[in-house]
Amino acid sequence: MPKKVVKRKRAPKPKPAPEAAITAVPISVKVNGKTHSLTVEPRTLLVELIREKLDLTGTHVGCDTTYCGACTVLMNGAAVKSCTMFAVQADGAELLTVEGLEKDGQLHPIQKAFGDSYGLQCGYCTPGLMLSAFQLLSHNRQPSEKDIRKAIAGNTCRCTGYQNIFKAIQLAAQNVKGV
Amino acid sequence: MYPRAFHYHRASSLKEAVTMLSQLGDDAKLLAGGQSLIPLMKLRFANPQHLVDLNFVPGTSYIKEEGGALRFGALTRHAEIENSATAAKIPILHDCAAGIADVQVRNRGTIGGSLAEADPSGDWAVVLITLATEVRCLGKKSERTVRFADFIKDAYTTALAHDELVSEVVVKKPPKGSGGAYIAFKRSAPVYPTASAAVQLTLDGDVCKDAAIALGCVGLTAIKARDAEAALRGQRITDKTIAAAMEAARAAADPQSDMRGSADYKRALVGALVKRAIEIAVRRARGEQVEVGHIYA
Ligand SMILES: Cc1cc2nc3c(=O)[nH]c(=O)nc-3n(C[C@H](O)[C@H](O)[C@H](O)COP(=O)(O)OP(=O)(O)OC[C@H]3O[C@@H](n4cnc5c(N)ncnc54)[C@H](O)[C@@H]3O)c2cc1C
Ligand code: FES
Ligand code: FES
Repeated sequence: MPKKVVKRKRAPKPKPAPEAAITAVPISVKVNGKTHSLTVEPRTLLVELIREKLDLTGTHVGCDTTYCGACTVLMNGAAVKSCTMFAVQADGAELLTVEGLEKDGQLHPIQKAFGDSYGLQCGYCTPGLMLSAFQLLSHNRQPSEKDIRKAIAGNTCRCTGYQNIFKAIQLAAQNVKGV
Repeated sequence: MYPRAFHYHRASSLKEAVTMLSQLGDDAKLLAGGQSLIPLMKLRFANPQHLVDLNFVPGTSYIKEEGGALRFGALTRHAEIENSATAAKIPILHDCAAGIADVQVRNRGTIGGSLAEADPSGDWAVVLITLATEVRCLGKKSERTVRFADFIKDAYTTALAHDELVSEVVVKKPPKGSGGAYIAFKRSAPVYPTASAAVQLTLDGDVCKDAAIALGCVGLTAIKARDAEAALRGQRITDKTIAAAMEAARAAADPQSDMRGSADYKRALVGALVKRAIEIAVRRARGEQVEVGHIYA
């Protein structure tokens, strides 16, 4: 005998409380020298703006929890973790990402030094490390060993053991002119 | 990870931020450096419907020396304090600022945000409680001054009303013959310490005229180790008095076992940190320039 199918009416879903719609916010940011005017939803993270809206995928997401520094970019010359800022907060700011280091087809001395010193293996952490090095060298041309270690303490590398990264930054310090 | 959607409000003055907070109600939060709030929002531990951004308010980031005190605007970043010669006039402030997390976090995180967050592991509270510190709190009707000892009520709890904000932190310069030091033990830079100790002393010749000792990360708030202070006050600083202060500090600590270490381990650690901080504080009180850094595992 076929079982009697009991049809149950689904309980109606509770309606969400009426809320004012979230409005997108117009912002203007200068990234690697080029100004972009666009609108962003307030919760858009800076790294998402950079990677997904501006298609600059050299900035990486590692931990997404403010630990590893793979997402480091410079905002008005200061290294920041772009996974821990909202894009709206960069309104009016100048950003530098790894794509902005190279000039006229020439690698920046920091990039060159990372290559020459084998300061990377998989390269995932490298863009963030180079930007942390950039902040350091922009106000300290003769960094001590301690200065270098302090400058990159917020960047985790899972491959290299740091020795060659350290050497790369020392080499870059000798070779940069006017970062 | 995406935080819940929220409405974004940009304040153009601190007064306006206070008005926004009172109009928007309990679902509104201030955004300063974002280095505590944004990670919490991404994990959805914090889900404010409205964020009031203080970062565009002009004139909130400064370090001034005025009438025997240093004044810090609420939005002054840890990095600005780390690199300020004015702030270094009270060396323990430099120790603190320079040791918070890493360059990137220090470039964003603010002194006002740290105090308002009142994280049990936060560094500023441990240091500021050893000094004569006042917090200026701006509300809808007026601005009031709260002694730092009355500002932090409990873990993540301060004396601030919902529609009140920290506008300024004022630290009185210690008297002549004073020296202090702050030392933390950390597993790596971008994490809070396992334990820390702040010591601020005033010497009169060889005798310790006054002493303030606070312990970090070994309780729900910074712990003022009063018996350890008493062990030094009025005494010559010798190995014996230092040992007594260490013992008293260990007894005052109330640590929890967690991934940073067992309670016993932290208790032992905090004693050792107090010893080192006393030794450096004494040298600084005698006029010596001593650089200190945190100890990393
Ligand atoms: C990886 C990492 C490591 C860290 N390590 C350390 C460490 O070792 N030691 C340490 O002390 N800290 C550490 N921090 C925390 C850091 O110092 C934060 O910057 C700080 O705790 C909060 O300051 P903020 O300006 O970023 O505040 P936000 O995150 O913007 O705000 C924090 C809270 O305070 C409120 N608020 C902000 N400003 C005000 C104001 N003026 N008045 C009233 N309320 C306000 C906000 O509404 C929010 O609730 C770390 C953070 C990260 C991400
Ligand atoms: S991805 Fe931003 S700190 Fe790791
Ligand atoms: S090179 Fe692989 S993480 Fe650094």
